[in-house]
Amino acid sequence: MIVADRKSLKEILAMVEDDKKILIAGCKGCVTVCNTGGLKEVEILASSMKIARKKQGNDIDIDINVLERQCDTEYVAGIKDTVEDYDSVISLACGVGPQFLSEMYKDQTFYPGVNTTFFGGATEHGVWEERCAGCGTCGIHNFGGLCPIARCAKSLMNGPCGGSSNGVCEVNKDIECIWDSIVRKKMDAGKIEDLMGVKGIKNWKTARDGGPRKSIREELVQGNI
Amino acid sequence: MRLSYPADVKIIQVPCTGRVDILHLLNAIEDGADGVYVAGCLEGECHYLAGNLKARKKVEYVKRTLTEIGIEPERVEMYNLSSAQGARFAEIANEMVEKIKGLGPTPVKSNTAA
Ligand code: SF4
Ligand code: SF4
Repeated sequence: MIVADRKSLKEILAMVEDDKKILIAGCKGCVTVCNTGGLKEVEILASSMKIARKKQGNDIDIDINVLERQCDTEYVAGIKDTVEDYDSVISLACGVGPQFLSEMYKDQTFYPGVNTTFFGGATEHGVWEERCAGCGTCGIHNFGGLCPIARCAKSLMNGPCGGSSNGVCEVNKDIECIWDSIVRKKMDAGKIEDLMGVKGIKNWKTARDGGPRKSIREELVQGNI
Repeated sequence: MRLSYPADVKIIQVPCTGRVDILHLLNAIEDGADGVYVAGCLEGECHYLAGNLKARKKVEYVKRTLTEIGIEPERVEMYNLSSAQGARFAEIANEMVEKIKGLGPTPVKSNTAA
């Protein structure tokens, strides 16, 4: 899933400091699962903001709405009758949400209430870790199922750098050196020779380097029917 | 044994402090409570294993939020005591009321309220 962290209350309050009536739009997708922008988090943000504004003697009227998904136009269209009733809208979806909203409702201002960080999963309750960098050409089977592009700080393809020490990455002692894990996994399986071949230069065109990407599934595109 | 606690304290009963939510605490402050405290069982003695530990974390979350807003985090507290400690319950109630009196009324006031 896409993982995001909520922006600080201070930052969010500053975005809407001149506004009197706002909407906080959550999303039932990834940000609900990573406890950043689902119903509970939307309610907590609304209450926290109301407390802050009451303290300033400057009440704010906040409505909430948790969309099925903010990354599908059909659900974004669901707020068309009310979206202009607000001075502005804070979206707690990943960065896709406020963009889909901005594209559909050109006269409204949408603020991102979260910082979208990575594609990953929960390793324990309350802890999420990065696993994929969306490079567009997946090859994790070549690395024991562990992605060196997303999980090695330098995205190395042919083994660890000289900074790998006791399983820890030289960039930060809190980061596991994924190359240490890849090598150990192959050694334990008696298959270290799998890593001996030199990997050719990766074509980064399928990643962000090739510009914004698009996926088209011809059989689903309505215009073709 | 009849013990008295200050009338300023309004008690809301829950089956376990694990039921207390961040929103309950925030909504109380939002609606003008001068302070809120959670009285849970002693740590290690939760019938549901970790309800009181979870409640403490939620209290800590709300304290951080209040600090960010510039409101004294001491307005929200977590206490642990056993259901057999009636005297301690009254003592905690008095302690909290005294502390809140020291801090003064809540700065969270609606400017649109009649
Ligand atoms: S190889 Fe590319 S697509 Fe596969 S997990 Fe790594 S970053 Fe993601
Ligand atoms: S120490 Fe390991 S994870 Fe860190 S940059 Fe070097 S190879 Fe990559």
